Order: sequence, then C-alpha cells, then structure tokens
Amino acid sequence: MTARVGVVTFPGSLDDGDARRAVRLAGGEPVALWHRDTDLHQVDAVVLPGGFSYGDYLRCGAIARFSPIMENIIAGAREGMPVLGICNGFQILCESHLLPGALTRNDHLHFVCRDQKLRIENAGTAWTSDYEAGQEITVPLKNGEGGYVADERTLDELEAEGRVVARYLELNPNGSRRDIAGISNAAGNVVGLMPHPEHAVEPLTGPTTEGLGFFTSILKRLVTAR
Amino acid sequence: MSTPAKPPLDTVAHATGTPEQPQPWAELGLKEDEYTRIREILGRRPTGAELAMYSVMWSEHCSYKSSKVHLKQFGEKAPHSDAMLVGIGENAGVVDIGEGWAVTFKVESHNHPSYVEPYQGAATGVGGIVRDILAMGARPVAVMDSLRFGAADHPDTKRVLPGVVAGIGGYGNCLGLPNIGGETVFDPCYQGNPLVNALCIGVMRHEDIHLAKAAGSGNKVILYGARTGGDGIGGASILASETFDDAKPSKRPSVQVGDPFQEKLLIECTLEIFRENLVTGIQDFGAAGLSCATSELASNGSGGMRVDLDDVPLRDSTLTPEEILMSESQERMCAVVEPDKVDRFLAICEKWDVIATVIGEVTDGDRLEIYYHGEQIVDVPPRSVAHDGPTLNRPLARPGWQDELQADTPDRLERPASAELTRLTLLQLVGSPDQGDKSWITDQYDRYVLGNTVLASPEDSGMIRIDEASGLGVALSLDGNGRYAKLDPYTGAQLALAESYRNVAATGAKPLAVTDCLNFGSPEDPAVMWQFSEACRGLADACQVLGTPVTGGNVSLYNQTGDTAINPTPVVGVLGVIDDVERRTPVAFRTEGSLVYLLGDTRDEFGGSAWAQLAHGHLGGLPPQVDLERERLLAEVLIAGSRDGMIDSAHDLSAGGLAQALVESCLGGGIGARVVVPDTIAAFTFLFSESAGRAIVSVPRSEEVRFTDMCRARSLPAARIGVVDGDALDIQGQFAVSLEELREASASAVKF
Repeated sequence: MTARVGVVTFPGSLDDGDARRAVRLAGGEPVALWHRDTDLHQVDAVVLPGGFSYGDYLRCGAIARFSPIMENIIAGAREGMPVLGICNGFQILCESHLLPGALTRNDHLHFVCRDQKLRIENAGTAWTSDYEAGQEITVPLKNGEGGYVADERTLDELEAEGRVVARYLELNPNGSRRDIAGISNAAGNVVGLMPHPEHAVEPLTGPTTEGLGFFTSILKRLVTAR
Repeated sequence: MSTPAKPPLDTVAHATGTPEQPQPWAELGLKEDEYTRIREILGRRPTGAELAMYSVMWSEHCSYKSSKVHLKQFGEKAPHSDAMLVGIGENAGVVDIGEGWAVTFKVESHNHPSYVEPYQGAATGVGGIVRDILAMGARPVAVMDSLRFGAADHPDTKRVLPGVVAGIGGYGNCLGLPNIGGETVFDPCYQGNPLVNALCIGVMRHEDIHLAKAAGSGNKVILYGARTGGDGIGGASILASETFDDAKPSKRPSVQVGDPFQEKLLIECTLEIFRENLVTGIQDFGAAGLSCATSELASNGSGGMRVDLDDVPLRDSTLTPEEILMSESQERMCAVVEPDKVDRFLAICEKWDVIATVIGEVTDGDRLEIYYHGEQIVDVPPRSVAHDGPTLNRPLARPGWQDELQADTPDRLERPASAELTRLTLLQLVGSPDQGDKSWITDQYDRYVLGNTVLASPEDSGMIRIDEASGLGVALSLDGNGRYAKLDPYTGAQLALAESYRNVAATGAKPLAVTDCLNFGSPEDPAVMWQFSEACRGLADACQVLGTPVTGGNVSLYNQTGDTAINPTPVVGVLGVIDDVERRTPVAFRTEGSLVYLLGDTRDEFGGSAWAQLAHGHLGGLPPQVDLERERLLAEVLIAGSRDGMIDSAHDLSAGGLAQALVESCLGGGIGARVVVPDTIAAFTFLFSESAGRAIVSVPRSEEVRFTDMCRARSLPAARIGVVDGDALDIQGQFAVSLEELREASASAVKF
C-alpha cells in the first residue's frame, strides 16, 4: 500500500512532471491534478509545483490562489492534509494565507539558477522528517522572485516556533530575510520552499540526490498513519 | 483633432479598374523588376494587401533570394544518412535517433530586433524557434543560444547584453525549457550588429511527424493562440501611411513583443491536439504572419484556400487588412482540420484557455483568396507568394584585402619571453571576456526544468535524456568563430563544424546531423557574397566528409553598419546521439592520479587565435588547418573511450588552446594538474596554439594500457602530458598557478 500524492498543474506550471517523478522515485503514486478540478481524487498529500502559474500575472501566485482546485486544497490543508509548495507553489501558499509573508523580486534583480546549499532547520515537519535537524543539503534553486519577506514580528514568531524549515548557507541568493529558504505553518503540515528538491533526486540529472528526503518524508508519514 | 476619412478598400475589383494607381513598392523594399513580375503573375496591379504580402514574402528574410543559389549545395552534397526522416525545406529536419524516437532541431537568428530592443528581440527569437519545432509535431525539450556582442567594455554592450540575456532567460525559463548550452563571444565588429542565434530541440515518436500542408477541400483553417495586434508590422505601415494618411505616417512598433505564458499554453494545447491526431496540416506564425502561414500552407497542399480576415481575433480593432496580414504578433499557429474534428480541436483549445477561430477553408481551386468586409482583397496563386520569389545570382568577388590579411601572419608578434610572462599571458587569457567564466549569463537560465538535463554549460555540449527507461539521449553543441572565417571563410566554416562535431564527440555522443545559422554582412557587397559562398561551400564539403547532413537552418544578411560588415560568422550546431546517457563524459577532471593525455597534433598555429587578439589586437594570417579525417578519428576514439569506460573526462581544444582547456578541466573539478611540456615543442606553442583536431582526456591509471593501445591501433597521436593532482595548474619547469588565482581571474571576466 503506497500513498497517493497529487501534483497540481496550473496553466504555466513547469516542474509538475519533475515533482511527479520525485514522488515516484520516492516510492509513492503521483496523481496529476488539473487546476479546474474540484475534487482531489482521494490524494493523501499535495505538491504545488514550480513554474509561472497563469503567467505570474498581477503577482506570482495571486491568480492561482483563486483557481477551482485551491478551494479544496486550502480547506484540506487547514484540516491537516500535507501540502508542499515549491517555488511558485510557495508563492501560491503565501497568497492563499496558508503561510505568512511574501516572496519578492530577487534583490539583485536577476533570475538565478544555481546549486544552493541549505540547512534543514526543522526536521519535524511532515515534509522534512527524513532529514536530521541541522543537516546540510545542496539542491537547485531557480527563481526571479524568491526573496522571502515578512514583518519583524512574524519573522521572530517563525524563528521562535521553529517554523523556519530551511535556511540558505554560504550565499543568500535572493535577499531573503534571515536567509529563509522555507517555512511551515504552525501545524507543520504545510511547507513552502523556494529551492527545488524535485530536481535533486537522481545522480544523473541533479547536483545531488539530497532533495529526495522531502518526498520520502511524506511517504513514510502517510504509510505509517494508515 | 479630426478623424481621418475611412480609406477606400483596395479590392481586387478596384485594383483591376485602376491599373495606373501608383503604389509604394519601392518603399516596401521591392525592386522595379519584382513589382513588374507581380503584375505579370496577377495580370493586373496588386491590391494593397497583395503588395504587402509579396513584399514581405519576397524579402531577403523570407525568400532567401540572395542565398538560395548557394544553400542548394547542402542538399546536393548531402551525405547519405539513414538517420534523416525529413530533410531541408520543412520547418526543420527530423533525425532518427533509434528506439522509435526522432529529434528535430534548428537554429535561427534574431539579430536585428535584438539590437533595437534587446529583451523582446531575444525573447521572441526563442519563441519563434520553439514554434518552428512544435510545428513539426515535436515536443520542445531544450534550447541553446549562440551570442555575439561588441567589446565587453563598450557602453552599448552594457545595454544590449543584459537585455538579451534577460530576454532569453525570461522567455525560455517561462516555457519550462532547459537552456543547456551555447556560446558568448565579444568582438568590436559586432558593436552595432549583435548576433542572437537561438536553437531549439524537439522530440517525437516516428509516427508523430507533422508537416505543414493544407490538403483536402472543405477542411477548415483554424487560427489559434494570441490575438493579432499591431506589433512587428514595419512595412505594412508604410503602405498604410502612403495610401491612407499623407499628413502623418502611422506609428507601429517594428519589434514584436512576446508572451511566454501564452506560448506555454500553445505548446501544451498543440501537443494534445497532435496526440488526438486532429490536424492534417499545421504552420507556425513567424515573419510575415498570416501572409506567410496561409500562402505556405496552401502551396504545400492542393493549392486553394479562402480566408476571411473579419474572423481574425484582433487586439486592436483599428488594424487595416494589410496590417492584419503582415502582423508579426507572437504566439499564434494555424492548423488545417477536417470538418468533423473541428469541435474536438476547439474543445482542447478551450481547455488550455487558447483562443481558436475558424478563419477559412481549403478550396478545390488553386488560388489563395482573402476577403475583408465581404470583399475580395487577395486573389493570388499561393506558390507565387511562398515559393516562387526571386532568385538572385549576386556578384561575388574575393575582397582585395584578403591577400594582405592572410600575409599579415602572427609570426611577427612578440611572444612572452619568460616563464613569468607566459604565466601572465595565461591569466590574461583566462580572465578575458571570451574565455572567462560565463555563469553571470548562464545562471540566468533554468537548466534543470524537465529533469532530463545530463550536461549543460560550461560542458562541451549540452546533453539531455530522451528515454528515461533506456537512457537514450542526445548531445548538442553550437559553435562558430568569426575571426577564423574572416581569415578564410571556407576553412572558417569547416572549423566551426569541426569544433561542434568534436564537442559532441567529447561528451561521448555520436554526431549525426547539422543545423547552421549563417550570419553575414550585406549581400549587395560582392566581398560579403564571396565570403558567404565560400562558407557555404566549405560547410557543405565538410558535412559530406563527416557524414553529417545539414537538416535546416537560417541565413541572416545585412549585419553591417555603413560599409563595415561583421566578421563572417557561420554558427554550426551538431546533434549527436548517445545510447546511454550514464556513459557521458564531462569536462571536469574527477580523480586524483588520473593521467592527462593530449590527443592530436599541435602545430604552431596562431592565426585568428585568442592570444593574438588579446595580446596584440591582431587578426591576420591563416586560421588553423582542418583535417576532417582526423576529426572523425578523434571522435571515434572519444566515443569509444566513453562507451568502454576508459576516460574520466574529455575536453575539446579550441580558442585559447591547451592552456584554456586545462584551466577549465581543473576549475570544473576543483582539482589541479601537473603538466610536462614535451621536449619537441616550445612551451608557448604547446600551451596556446589553436590547432584543430585535438582534445585532452583524463585516463584512470587502470585504463591506461587499454586506452593507449586503442589510440595506437587507430593511429591517433596520444601524448601523456601530465597527471591530475593538487590544487594548482603546474606547468612543470615553467610556472604554476593556484586554482584560487585561476578561479578569481575567470570569475571576474563577465559581469554586467
């Protein structure tokens, strides 16, 4: 018995195939979800993949947040369904108010694609339990609007509650406040991450395979929960 | 402000009745004999809409009128290849790579628009080539680009380069296509004429090849994608202003504006339409928009088509019919669909939020007829527009300065007199914009998306996995050297091919086919035409020897400012296939203790070299010799070395010679090397000569005997020149440079 992990395709999603591959390589059953779907096809968890949903018009993630499928995802997430938003998915989660703060234009004003070193700060979330707290990993990062911002009180809260899931090491690639690469909600089931673990799951095509842990974490969690 | 009176519609009937009405054919770029010929074809004067269509389809850009007599050789001399499924003449060639897979690839220029408006010019260059590939029935899977700019420190380069790079990235990243390689070269000759050549690779199953044609009377013509707006109209606005408003010419932007999101939807929508087998013909919209798409579709089919311009969805309701025909609005495609499949076609477009409209149908006649407000404004034989444009045999003459240029050899140039000066020469080379680290550029491109990128910049070739189960993949390299071609265009074109071929083989892939982008000055200059004809002849001859046919490509002329043309710049893309991408060979040294072998012969060859340019600002003499049989042999050894696991790394030697290649292999792996200069050659020549047909490989000690036996058996010179070791590049008895110092020099070379 394996777990079904949905991967949403919005118009303009780009890394949906990669996210499905990562779920498969981790041992799960990837389920393609379409933005106009109104039911979640009995998936146990959802990945919102990277890309430029709806062309990122207006603001990254601002339109996707209102797409039909998001209604059930937002409701599910509030009831504890695990949701991982990667890059554009992180932006959608912020726009949906499932996560606080926002992602802004990189401080150097260029799109950047690089192999990025991270530290997993919280190995207690639904998506990071296969890592050790403090573990350093390298996965691709690629974004034009990846600078995480929030007001000081929110940032302090995130830090105090251990909700900073991952932090940039060595180089802050986009001007994120406090080097934040990813955060979670208070319950730990919803995680937003700017770097791309789904591109680091095979030695052939990734800089490492250290991104696989996000996907094995959720599968272990779901299978154990049964 | 008074509203100008609505201009009378120049219908076919009106044109027939007003034979003497003057027309702005010269302003539209037509020659008098061309205008006369159009009148002969039609038996009357053309309408404004017809004149617009002919003028743009008979332009150099669309008709290849100056170049086609020379391009013929690529077909005539094409080596036999079992791998060719579709040859030159279609949107792009299709190559069989085995296991039922086929690949289509093509490079195309977008030079002039990228100078005028760098971001949009480059972005729409990517968009255009991607639609070309899509129209063949293939899923686009990767892009590459070959770029030329003026001097790196020129203020205008700071305007053009960042815009071009952001445009390529902005469009390609948004389409979800990995950018897997290319090249960037700086030279003052490109100051007013930067080159932006974009390449796209697409993949399909054999049974999915789709060709542009409109067979079948009653079939519907569907325009889908973006609405038509006033962008990229250029010529047609001359027509509008001449005819309709003498006081004030209408202003239309000449550069198109791209919307990659729309194109991403167009790609997914089109692929779904292909999967359900809903089209009999398909054509992308490129230059000349609707004029080009309808005339090409019609003339490739049975010949007749009727189109109603009133049905074209517009972004700007004030467009004249001429402007609608000419508009180069991006992200549009045209399909021919059997009537009973139209509903399903439209449903798929609706799913992807793509606007689709039936604008006409295939007729059993042989005319392309276009109607506007119920009146006929175009009635032409479509072939006469799309295929029977003028062919020019332009005069060509070897330029008077060629002999003088070749006689000015680099032998007179002062070479570094000491080991320390040689060391400084190396650092200067490594830190030059041409040879330095390009990650400021390539880091703005997504190389990971789709999860199949096996190799990307700064590897010798880009490589992608095609079949996840079997590991089948392709490698692609894109190379050109305008300095070599200036010294000798015949040899220069062959050197571009040889380098690209070598780069593909260095990664372990077997070269199969070629695409080319020929960037030259004005064809009206006999010297430029001579360069062009020599380059074509050189490339066609070399393709014949190497067994790699040219499958398609593009010509860009008029790259000049005043009387000064750019260096002739043939850019050559080579596609190779590799059975198992796990066996790829990277550039970087990987293992301490591996042995470094130099393959091939090193001669004293500095004509057109990076050193001559950097140290002396010199361009003269002859480019390096070409030995195509040697290139083929070298490729065989590199491929066998990869297949049989005999080599750790391989790197082609080109600009900057051995020194540059060693630096890149060291920096790539973060490991140094100790290198010994053979007694038989001067250290300077050994390090910096640009002799072709060479590569360095690193061989694990356990494989040394097997590898050297293979080279000996095949008579390929292989000299053991050193060992991978330490944290410096140590040219023993000469000098050493730490990796740190090399990295610093290289990293600071290209930053904008």
